[in-house]
Amino acid sequence: MTNHAGGVEGLPREKVEQFDRELAPILKRYPPDRKASAMIPALRLGQALFGHISPAVQLLAAERLGTSPSRAEEVATFYVMLETHPTGKHLVELCTNVSCSLMGGDQLWSYLKQKLALAKAGTSADDRYTLREVECLGSCGTAPAMLVDEEMYEQLTPQKVDAILGGLK
Amino acid sequence: MSDTLILSARWAKPNSAALSTYRADGGYGALDKALGMDPSAIVDEVKKSNLRGRGGAGFATGLKWTFLPKDVRPRYLTVNADESEPGTFKDRYIIELDPHQLIEGIALTCYALDIHLAYVYIRGEFAKQARILEAAIEEARQAGVIGTKLLGKKDFDLDIHVHRGAGAYICGEESALLESLEGKKGYPRLKPPFPAVVGLWGKPTIINNVETIANVPWIVQHGGDAFMALGAGKSGGTRLFGVSGHVNRPGVYEKNCDYNLKKLIMEDAGGIVGGRKLKAVIPGGSSSPVLAAHEIDISMEFDAVKAAGSMSGSGGVIVFDESACMVRALARLSRFYAEESCGQCTPCREGTNWMEGILHKLEGGHGSAEDVAKLEQVANSIAGNTICALGDAAAMPVQSFVKKFKPEFLAHAELRRCPCGDTGWGITQAPRDAVAGPVRYAR
Repeated sequence: MTNHAGGVEGLPREKVEQFDRELAPILKRYPPDRKASAMIPALRLGQALFGHISPAVQLLAAERLGTSPSRAEEVATFYVMLETHPTGKHLVELCTNVSCSLMGGDQLWSYLKQKLALAKAGTSADDRYTLREVECLGSCGTAPAMLVDEEMYEQLTPQKVDAILGGLK
Repeated sequence: MSDTLILSARWAKPNSAALSTYRADGGYGALDKALGMDPSAIVDEVKKSNLRGRGGAGFATGLKWTFLPKDVRPRYLTVNADESEPGTFKDRYIIELDPHQLIEGIALTCYALDIHLAYVYIRGEFAKQARILEAAIEEARQAGVIGTKLLGKKDFDLDIHVHRGAGAYICGEESALLESLEGKKGYPRLKPPFPAVVGLWGKPTIINNVETIANVPWIVQHGGDAFMALGAGKSGGTRLFGVSGHVNRPGVYEKNCDYNLKKLIMEDAGGIVGGRKLKAVIPGGSSSPVLAAHEIDISMEFDAVKAAGSMSGSGGVIVFDESACMVRALARLSRFYAEESCGQCTPCREGTNWMEGILHKLEGGHGSAEDVAKLEQVANSIAGNTICALGDAAAMPVQSFVKKFKPEFLAHAELRRCPCGDTGWGITQAPRDAVAGPVRYAR
């Protein structure tokens, strides 16, 4: 059982209001009696506004969609792009599946770990980056590929990686 | 060999994703034509065309459409844009470079089947493609192409929405996709009932792949017979083949669906990089059984590849040259299936992890000949024993890699190390350009 201590009341009010404002147009995509279908977009919105999908954010999404907190938790923990724990400021996700590693994905993985001073996947000491290996990104022809904050970068080289990370705020 | 391009013809045009570009090239002409046809005549043309599902299964699209029960409404259309099978990267270009062709296909399908609400389920990692598609749908809505009338002339309510996933290969499985679209985790459903009978929110639902639906405008415009004439056997039309790995020109190639696999690799994709020899080819996405170098002189038509012991699948062709270690390749693929197994069925949940573990051991030089035998045993215990096809998809690469490259697996056990080296997995070996149909991506 997830502990929802603090509940929705523990979330900053202005951000909850923003959540509701931005959720309204999303809900219009689904029939009025099928609001629960918006669970992934609602949790993604919560992640964007609150940083990660804490139990309180799960509760908020479940309440607004008229479904159970367990449904929100089930979704939040099933999908790899939904973060139930805090991450670094920037999320760097490198594909190391076969087509990417044939084009040097594994070497880029070593390069990224070295660059961010990480021994394995995780968050850098300054909380600036969270580095992860991910599965096929559908960029096999333009491999190797990575996502940085959910945007795709392709035909990577160490130089290109330097430029991409160097250009982040 | 005819050079008809159905799917990639406009990709190189400036502003190829704009409604104006599509219209200037005759776009939405098929929808205009369809409005003068009986909806059932559209279904007949699609049946005649022998259009087969481009997501991987190759099921006859027209036949699938006839599974809808006659009297149940509403019905829904969901377009599968979850493209996640390793080696597959084609639907993204349709969406990125010509989204209106997909939208016209959706409108035609909905008109033909009396459907008024359609969702495009797109994988979460395709953020850019989702934005492009949403903008194109909005443009079509604003221009009165869809909405409460089709092309501003025929009363027909049609709403199309984009639903982004959030990272789960299993959601490309049609019933897991529906669960996900209903706001749940992606656990595949038992079939039957099939989605055409009991689908989204319990209602009859047609689920087709992006590339499948994008073919419908051409079929309506030119007729089912003309589409069939581009194919062979029981497969009509062209296909987008994605070639990746050790080739000189990786990318997406649109070819008639019975195109020769060897020619695709050796001529279109420029042959093997660095002048090395070909070792193996995965012909239709990572789940399809691997072919050895001498087995690739075959037609890519669905039934022809099946006869050759593999699957044409998603058309994702992964090429390995002689430097690539087959144990390493399989170990990575098995890690993928272990990661992506949803956990619902025991044979798949446990078996994929076993296979990953054994392969990791072998790759690192800690395995034995018994491990190779156990690997095959585990794969055979998963296949056919799960609710959805992910179990089979995980087992097939293992079964085929071990069968065709057994000496290499045993050598890892005997030598207690990898005898291949890692020259084939380098970043510096080949800075080469990629293509998407006529579009070139310089590295």
